[in-house]
Amino acid sequence: MKNPLDSLWGTVIAGVVLTVVLYVFSKNFLG
Amino acid sequence: MENIDFVAALSRWFHFMAGVMWIGLLYYFNFIQVAALKNAAADGTAGGITKHVAPRALLFFRWAAVLTWITGAALLGPLFVDAFLLRNGMGPIGIGAWLGTIMLFNVWVLIWPNQKKILGMVQASDEEKNTARRVAFLASRTNTMLSIPLLFFMAGGMSHRALFGL
Repeated sequence: MKNPLDSLWGTVIAGVVLTVVLYVFSKNFLG
Repeated sequence: MENIDFVAALSRWFHFMAGVMWIGLLYYFNFIQVAALKNAAADGTAGGITKHVAPRALLFFRWAAVLTWITGAALLGPLFVDAFLLRNGMGPIGIGAWLGTIMLFNVWVLIWPNQKKILGMVQASDEEKNTARRVAFLASRTNTMLSIPLLFFMAGGMSHRALFGL
């Protein structure tokens, strides 16, 4: 599998996905 | 109390300025210089970038990263520990603080020492330079990726906290 960080679009999409993951974590598990 | 407010106000101002310089140069490297260097290497003009532009950009880049972190820590003040332990309502900004700290680590431990090899500031064999190029590239791309949630948690997610339910 190609590393998404090798392309700019892959990097941006990975960043947006990570934002969503951290947002869900923050909203549900942090006080 | 007024003195604390003054320190916080100055910290916020310098945090923004240093942060703009840090992330601005990070985006310059990733969105512009990497592709430009590839084209410049093809027509033999890369020397101008690697000799005159990259070292200067890296100088401001790595020290802006330090200043951003220090002013961010000053801005957190007595809430610094709560932020890094993600407790007492400081969780969202704490996630931003952790991301910024990881990015600072990447700048000083992975990007800068490897860039010194790539740019010929320290001795390195061709094989070491190739490895350094890959490590520095991936660390820089990782920081670009991390900057996206970082800016969400530092900026938008905080000023629109109620909207996002954070």
